[in-house]
Amino acid sequence: MSETIETTVNGRAVTLRAEDPEMPLLYALRGELGLTGLHFGCGLAQCGACTVQIDGEAVRSCQFPAVQARGRKLVTLEGLGTPERPHPVQTAFIEMQAVQCGYCLPGMIMTSAALLARNPQPTEAQIREELAGVICRCGTQPRVIAAVLRAARG
Amino acid sequence: MDAMLDRRSILKAGGALTVAFAVGLRPRDAAAWTEKPVATDEVAAFLSIDARGGVTVHVGKVDLGTGVRTGFMQIAAEELDVPMARISVVEGDTALTPDQGPTYGSLSIQNGGVQLRAACATARRELIRLAAERLGAEPAALRVEEGMVIGPGGRVGYAELVGGRALALKVDANAPIKPPEARRIVGRAVPRVDIPDKVFGRFRYVYDVRREGMLHGRTVFPPALGATVEAVDEASVQGIPGVVKVVREGSYVGVVAETEWAAIKAARALRVRWSAWAGLPDQARLWEHVRATPVAQVQVTSERGNPAEVIRGAARQLAASYDWPIHSHASMGPSCAVAEFQGDRLTVWTASQATHNLRKQLGLMLGMPIERIRCIYLEGSGCYGRNGHEDAAADAALLARAVGRPVRLQWMRQDEHAWDPKGPPHLVDLRAGLDAQGNVVGWESEAFIPKGAGGNVDLLAAELAGLPRENQIHPGNIIHNLAVPYAFPAVKTTCHRLETTPFRPSWIRTPGRMQNTYANEAFIDECAAAAGADPIAYRLRHLPADETRGREVLERVARLANWQTRPSPQPDRSGEILRGRGVSYCKYELVRTYVAGIAEVEVNRRTGVIRVTRFWCAHDCGQMINPDGVKAQVEGNIVHTLSRTFKEELTFSRSAVTSVDWSTYQVITMPEVPEIVVELIDRPTERPWGAGEPAAAIVPSAVSNAIFDATGVRLRSVPFTPARMRAAIQGA
Repeated sequence: MSETIETTVNGRAVTLRAEDPEMPLLYALRGELGLTGLHFGCGLAQCGACTVQIDGEAVRSCQFPAVQARGRKLVTLEGLGTPERPHPVQTAFIEMQAVQCGYCLPGMIMTSAALLARNPQPTEAQIREELAGVICRCGTQPRVIAAVLRAARG
Repeated sequence: MDAMLDRRSILKAGGALTVAFAVGLRPRDAAAWTEKPVATDEVAAFLSIDARGGVTVHVGKVDLGTGVRTGFMQIAAEELDVPMARISVVEGDTALTPDQGPTYGSLSIQNGGVQLRAACATARRELIRLAAERLGAEPAALRVEEGMVIGPGGRVGYAELVGGRALALKVDANAPIKPPEARRIVGRAVPRVDIPDKVFGRFRYVYDVRREGMLHGRTVFPPALGATVEAVDEASVQGIPGVVKVVREGSYVGVVAETEWAAIKAARALRVRWSAWAGLPDQARLWEHVRATPVAQVQVTSERGNPAEVIRGAARQLAASYDWPIHSHASMGPSCAVAEFQGDRLTVWTASQATHNLRKQLGLMLGMPIERIRCIYLEGSGCYGRNGHEDAAADAALLARAVGRPVRLQWMRQDEHAWDPKGPPHLVDLRAGLDAQGNVVGWESEAFIPKGAGGNVDLLAAELAGLPRENQIHPGNIIHNLAVPYAFPAVKTTCHRLETTPFRPSWIRTPGRMQNTYANEAFIDECAAAAGADPIAYRLRHLPADETRGREVLERVARLANWQTRPSPQPDRSGEILRGRGVSYCKYELVRTYVAGIAEVEVNRRTGVIRVTRFWCAHDCGQMINPDGVKAQVEGNIVHTLSRTFKEELTFSRSAVTSVDWSTYQVITMPEVPEIVVELIDRPTERPWGAGEPAAAIVPSAVSNAIFDATGVRLRSVPFTPARMRAAIQGA
């Protein structure tokens, strides 16, 4: 019943295993590849903690079947940028200290990076709307908004 | 070192933390567990200096996502004169860190940090003494730079003086600390050491622990709170590849599998016959249920004069009741732990805010001496009180014991919302009497809240499995701040401590202190309105004359928000959108952090939708170790409590919780977060107090007062939903 999936994760060709057609991508990325830059929050695509980018679009990996990742380009928080080559959104989150526990960061950063890729100069209202479905319980939202605006200003 | 780091240093700062993590995760052999001193009066319990001059700080208080780890590093770096980059931190490891009590109550810096500071100051004095002997100099002639003691005739490093050997001396609480003018690291907005790793997806949370041979577990929760197992059909999961075992102990049921997905599928597929149970009260009649609950104890928390008599004879009488609903912690990450037995010893990796207590609870449940149990803290998703992490640790331990292999256990979303311990319902009745000038001459309040304090919350698995537990309820210290910070001539505040409460209670951020402040600060606003007085002026005239710091936060927040002095409500209430502002004030537990806040709201009369547009806060927690860390906590308190005030409410049937995800238990969203303006008052010569909770206390009352100012209508039941607002406006 399990099947293998050839795909690209963070620029690297990898083979994932889906235990069944329903298995969410989250478990392949965390379980098999040991990627921890995406978190299990709800399994219902309600909170955003598991967000990755698939072909440049922010996608919730907890509800995305692993089998549909075949032949796609996947990017996780680890692959968006590195300390040596940070993505502007990551740099801005550090500069604004827009983090408490950090569990929401895959949702906040991956969604914001995808937004900036298609709309490099969003308004504050557009940023708020884009992140409306990303939950943060620590109350970092004011800093997150400031960080995304800063990243957009470049 | 220069605290104002450049970007490159900030990016690199994560390195220190990686070291700490490796120490925390390294499975020491059992014999080594108790070699290091952990008694809170030993310097070596807090500090070690290695042969290369690296300093390891051991703290029993843990970083719950607040950034306090960085604060501890600043304290140690400052007192020891060692660069931040040379310090690593070990937190909440029962084998390695002192028991400084649970990480709650806004006490990490106030108590935990001050203990660490005393240990560092003691160590520094000793190191200088040793250096003086070595260099043949007077201690007063020596100075320290980057861990190097420098004298007129030579220098010697910490590593050379004690490197690799324990600092065998007692903590002297009076060892001299650096005076404010000499501080270079404490008091500055040093960037948090954990943020780069978190932003790059490299941070290791408890969820990320992997052990050799590790299996995955899920708990199968009862469909009703008090249901018991009648039968488990193990054959129902036999067809799922990777299932290792179905575990049953009493009414605790769990599954263990080779992969996480297989465990999830098995937990969903397992057929269990449960008994019927419907012992919850009717939610629509919750407050009648609370009032009818037997009282275990009556606690008078303040008493002066005879307020009942004074109120009876007063020119004007007021009375009101305020209620606060049941809340879930609703943590972002469902609770998780990894448990591993090696021989007769158990290691648990956990995000518990109280690893030393968890160890005792696990020992009780499992019938093991605590010396054979080690709990190691790793960060989970943000924790604002005793959530489900301890319970997950117990689940993992039961499953690991049953299969003889390490088990990683995580709850599912609906488990977290349904089964984490709850912030209990909180009800306060108030009465006041005003004299002819509108001054409060008598004040009486009665809170109806569960009994218990800050003790251990029983482990759910122990309850389900029928294993030993303390069998007590502990909602936190929820009686504080019912006593008022005002100099009313006659006062009596009483807590009716109830025998039971519908759900297993625990503390959620600012427990009781927030609910009591909400009732007090909204009710004093009612008094001010009755007196036709400006709400800030009214508070100021009732503050004790010597309360200068309280006066200052109120005056500062008034300036910050450009407060217009006038009574509430605002006079023009004709349009569809009504605007108002409200103030609130709190002296935390009447002995520490001062905070005042102003909320600005817009209320749509037709839809009842309330929007908080801006929130201002003035905050005085004494000395600040890291002002940006304090600011982040204040912001977090405001956003989190706005969420609780406007949106959050546990819903339940007669059998079970029905608000089990983010659509049925809604929380604040990005578009709803107001602009927040924080003014911090720094007092480097004072002692440091907490900032993790106090600002939450003022939020609901500031909002209730702003709504009244806008509409002339008072909301007294949280959450302040559009339906309640519409009903209140229509009923007015």
